[in-house]
Formats: sequence, structure tokens, C-alpha cells
Amino acid sequence: MKTLISSMVASLLLVTSWASANAVDNEEFVSNGGLSSLRGQSELNDTKQAEQLKKQVKDDKVIDRNYVHQPPLIPHQIRDYQVDLKSNKCLSCHGWKFAGQIGATKISPTHFETADGLTLSDVAPRRYFCLQCHVPQADAPPLIANDFKAVDALDAANSSR
Amino acid sequence: MSDNNKTGLIARLWQLFSKPAKIATGAVLGMGFIGGILFWGGFNWGMEATNTEAFCSGCHAPIVEEIQSTIHYSNRSGVRAICSDCHVPHQWTDKIVRKVQASKELVMHFIGTIDTPEKFEARRKHLAEREWHRLKENDSLECRNCHDFQFMDFTEQGKRAVTMHSTSLASGDKTCIDCHKGIAHALPDMSGVEGW
Ligand code: HEC
Ligand code: HEC
Ligand code: HEC
Ligand code: HEC
Ligand code: HEC
Ligand code: HEC
Repeated sequence: MKTLISSMVASLLLVTSWASANAVDNEEFVSNGGLSSLRGQSELNDTKQAEQLKKQVKDDKVIDRNYVHQPPLIPHQIRDYQVDLKSNKCLSCHGWKFAGQIGATKISPTHFETADGLTLSDVAPRRYFCLQCHVPQADAPPLIANDFKAVDALDAANSSR
Repeated sequence: MSDNNKTGLIARLWQLFSKPAKIATGAVLGMGFIGGILFWGGFNWGMEATNTEAFCSGCHAPIVEEIQSTIHYSNRSGVRAICSDCHVPHQWTDKIVRKVQASKELVMHFIGTIDTPEKFEARRKHLAEREWHRLKENDSLECRNCHDFQFMDFTEQGKRAVTMHSTSLASGDKTCIDCHKGIAHALPDMSGVEGW
């Protein structure tokens, strides 16, 4: 009987001490040293509420370019558009064979050029994986304000002049 | 007395079966009716049981995995298309035809045409072509079971969709599967396929 009671007391103590040790862990403040990221300041041990997922722009006008060799942004959604060794969905609209009929922009001749300046008869391997350079858009405010201004020749906002 | 009863019973039974009395006709019809219900129900039940995704995944595990990122598995409205919506027509006649053809799949399973990922990859284009052909022949019947061109609101669709739907589709020049290959699965090697 005595041993039973003492073992019960012992296990009770063990549990409470474990619980309080844990509580201390939770309250302990892990400072990140005042570092603040683009998403605001957050301590290492608290989990910030995740941002809401952004919706992709479904279909929009062509987006103005800011500099001459900029890969244009994709103005439409690309859900499940497969681009791999077996097939390339983008080329089924943007390839020269189809672009006219579909009303999509043709890929430019640079897409046929290799690194050594050779022009191939089909898309060059370095331009095959379109999403390396072209990206779809979401309606999200930029994390840092950007005051880049296009040169006058490209500045559509100033086109009235 | 008891003898009399016996002959009476036999005689009555004889009468019952030799001349079709009303009750006999009724019984035969009734049995036929109940049998019919059981047969129809059992048949229908068998059909439904073999139409579930779990059933298909028995032999098409890679496909069932792939489909999860696609629009017919997860979308904003939560309405889904399952395998049998696209692959087994909803009409009775077509349904039966498809089932009979599917018995061939059973045979092929035991021969083992797609039982490893490598074999499936090698045969995938051939299988896809069969499906494209079927959908081309029936004017994408399965797609149209859910997507009725009559009720497509072009103001709600994207610009690219409207351009194509209001021209080639509206005129009957093209059918859904001409433009929407790979809508539910990863595509096989598309070299040589029209439109790619
Ligand atoms: C169903 C046909 C179709 C498919 C598939 C498609 N596009 Fe487009 N794309 C278009 C159309 C149409 C436009 C708009 C052209 C216009 O409005 O002048 C466009 C515009 C673009 C533009 C902008 C061009 C410019 O001059 O600014 C880029 C970049 C682009 N698409 C990239 C892609 C990429 C990358 C893919 C594959 C992930 C892709 N597209 C798949 C039809 C398509
Ligand atoms: C290595 C980066 C890169 C890759 C990969 C790439 N592009 Fe481009 N793309 C560019 C750049 C840079 C431009 C703009 C300058 C130019 O035309 O070269 C451009 C321009 C375009 C344009 C507009 C052409 C015009 O005449 O205005 C389209 C459409 C386009 N790309 C589609 C595609 C498609 C489709 C693919 C995939 C097959 C692809 N690009 C792959 C960099 C890339
Ligand atoms: C007993 C295994 C098995 C089951 C269960 C099964 N399939 Fe198949 N299926 C096969 C095999 C094997 C093939 C390949 C036949 C061949 O190689 O010609 C196939 C091919 C197919 C094809 C390719 C087109 C064609 O005509 O060959 C489709 C579509 C298909 N199955 C759909 C389904 C659907 C939908 C289900 C569930 C309702 C299902 N299968 C259940 C074994 C099965
Ligand atoms: C939205 C309609 C749709 C749904 C849902 C669908 N499929 Fe398909 N399936 C197709 C089309 C269309 C093809 C022709 C190939 C292609 O375009 O990807 C096809 C092709 C196939 C093939 C031939 C091999 C291949 O990859 O092309 C098999 C096997 C198959 N489907 C099985 C299934 C199974 C199993 C399911 C359920 C998990 C399913 N499908 C759900 C439309 C659908
Ligand atoms: C069981 C009904 C059903 C069948 C059968 C069906 N679909 Fe769908 N489809 C849907 C639903 C539901 C959606 C998603 C609606 C939403 O956005 O919430 C959808 C969405 C789509 C989209 C929009 C894709 C996108 O990214 O916005 C296309 C394209 C499509 N289906 C084509 C097809 C084709 C082609 C077939 C025949 C092979 C087919 N569907 C068969 C119910 C079906
Ligand atoms: C001539 C080619 C063509 C035909 C035929 C066609 N579509 Fe489309 N469809 C498109 C294009 C291009 C888009 C826009 C690109 C995308 O969503 O990937 C589209 C988009 C869609 C969408 C999404 C619409 C949106 O903007 O929300 C649905 C749903 C759809 N198609 C269903 C169908 C059905 C069902 C059929 C057959 C009755 C069909 N399509 C026939 C080319 C076609």
C-alpha cells in the first residue's frame, strides 16, 4: 500500500514538473535581435498568421514592358499548363505554327537562338522552359515600393505627350 | 375420408396447372416482375460499384494520384468530376457497350500491359489516342454532360476562352477535346499530335 501511494505521488510530481518545464519553454522569449524582414518583425518562436493565398490574374491586356530586353509578363492564368520533355502547352498557342490562328503573340526570334548565336529551326533548349523567364501575375501589392521608371520611349504612362 | 382429401388435393393441383387459372397467371407475372426488379437492380448496383474512383485506382493508381492538382479534382465550387463522369457515358445503351469493352481491360490487366510505371509510360500515348478518338467521335459527349455550350456565359469567361468558344466551338468546327487535351491527366509525348 505504502509503495503504491508513494509511486502515485512520485508519478504525479513527475507529471507536474514535466508540465511546468514545458510551460517555461513556451514562455521563454527567443529574441531575433530586432531583425525586421519584408513581412514585418516576428520573433523566432511565434508563428505568424499566413498571408491569404493570392488569386492569379485570369486574363488581362498585355502588360507594358519597362525595359527593352525584359521578358514580358504573362497576362493570363496558366493552371495545369504542362511544360516538360513530352509536351509544351505554351507553344501550342505561342509557337509560330499556331500563334496567328489563335491570336497569341509569336515567340520572338531570340527564342530560336543558342548561346553561341546559332539560329535553330525550332525553339532553342535554353528557351524551352518558358516559366524560367515569364511569370504569371497575381493581384498583390508589391512588398517594397518600386520607383523604377521606364525610359521615355517605353513609358506608356507618358504616351499622351 | 383422408384418401378422398388426397385425391381432391391432387386433382385440384392438376386443375390449377393444366388450365391456367387467374391466380396462376398472376403468380407467373408476379414472379417475373420481382425477378425483373432484382435483375435490374443488381445490374445497376454492379454498374455503380464498378464506377467508383476506388475501383479504378485498383489498376490506375498513377492516374488517380496525378489528377489531384487538376481543376476537376479541386476548384472553387467544390463540384467534382470523377473517372466515370468522363470515361463511362451516363446513357444506358452507351454504358453497357462501354462495360463490355471494359471486359477487354480485365484481360489486358492479366496480360499486364500497364502494370508497371514503365509499361504504362510506354503505352500511354496509345491509350490517350484511343480516348481522344472516342471523344472526337461522340463530339465530347461526356464533357457536354456537364458543360453545356448553350449555357456558357461569355461575360464570365476569360478573353482567350471567349475568342475560341465563340468561333471554332460555336461553329461546330472543333469539339472540346480538340483544344482541351490533358484537361485531367499528364500528357504523353505530344509530337505528331494535331495542334501540338
Ligand atoms: C490558349 C492559348 C495560350 C496558351 C496555352 C498560352 N498563352 Fe500566353 N497568351 C495567349 C494570348 C491570346 C495572349 C495575349 C495576346 C494579346 O492580347 O495580344 C498571351 C500573352 C502572353 C504573353 C504576353 C506577350 C506580350 O507581348 O506581352 C506572354 C509572355 C505569354 N502569353 C506567355 C505564355 C506562357 C509562358 C505560356 C505557358 C505557360 C502561355 N503563354 C500559354 C495565349 C496563350
Ligand atoms: C531565358 C529566358 C526566356 C525563356 C526561357 C523564354 N523567354 Fe520568351 N522572352 C524572353 C525575353 C528576354 C523576351 C523579350 C525580348 C526578346 O524578344 O527576346 C521574350 C519575349 C517573349 C514573347 C513576346 C515576343 C514579342 O515579339 O513581343 C513571347 C510571346 C514569349 N517570349 C513567349 C515565350 C514562350 C512561349 C517561351 C517558352 C517556349 C519563352 N518565351 C521562353 C525570355 C525568355
Ligand atoms: C482490372 C484492372 C482495371 C480496372 C479496375 C480499370 N481499368 Fe482501365 N485499363 C486497364 C488496363 C490494363 C488498360 C490498358 C488496356 C490496354 O493496354 O490496351 C486500361 C485502359 C483504360 C483506359 C484507356 C483507354 C482504352 O480504351 O484503353 C481508360 C480511359 C480506362 N482504362 C479507364 C478506366 C476507368 C474510368 C476505370 C474505373 C471505372 C478503370 N479503367 C478501371 C485496367 C483496369
Ligand atoms: C474531366 C474528364 C476526365 C476525368 C475526370 C478523368 N479523365 Fe481520364 N482521360 C480524359 C481524357 C480527355 C483523356 C485523353 C488523354 C488526355 O487528354 O489526357 C483521358 C485518358 C485516360 C487514360 C488513358 C491514358 C492517359 O493517361 O491518357 C486513362 C487510363 C484514364 N484516362 C483514366 C482515368 C481515371 C482512372 C480517372 C479517375 C481518377 C480519370 N481518367 C478521370 C478525361 C478525364
Ligand atoms: C461531372 C461534371 C464534369 C464533366 C464530365 C467535365 N467537367 Fe469540366 N468542369 C467541371 C467543373 C465542376 C469545373 C470547375 C468549375 C469551377 O471553376 O468551379 C470544370 C472546369 C473545367 C474547365 C476550366 C478549367 C480552368 O482552369 O478554369 C475546363 C477547360 C473543363 N472543365 C473542360 C472539360 C472537358 C474538356 C471535359 C471532357 C473531357 C470536362 N470538362 C468534363 C465539371 C465537369
Ligand atoms: C477552339 C478551341 C476550343 C474549343 C473547341 C473549346 N475550348 Fe474551352 N477553352 C479554350 C481556350 C483557349 C480557353 C482558355 C484557356 C484556358 O483556360 O486554359 C478555354 C477555356 C475553357 C473553360 C474555362 C473558361 C473560363 O474562362 O472560365 C471551360 C470551362 C471550357 N473551356 C470548356 C470547354 C468545353 C466544355 C468545350 C466543348 C463544349 C470547349 N471548352 C471547347 C479553347 C477551346
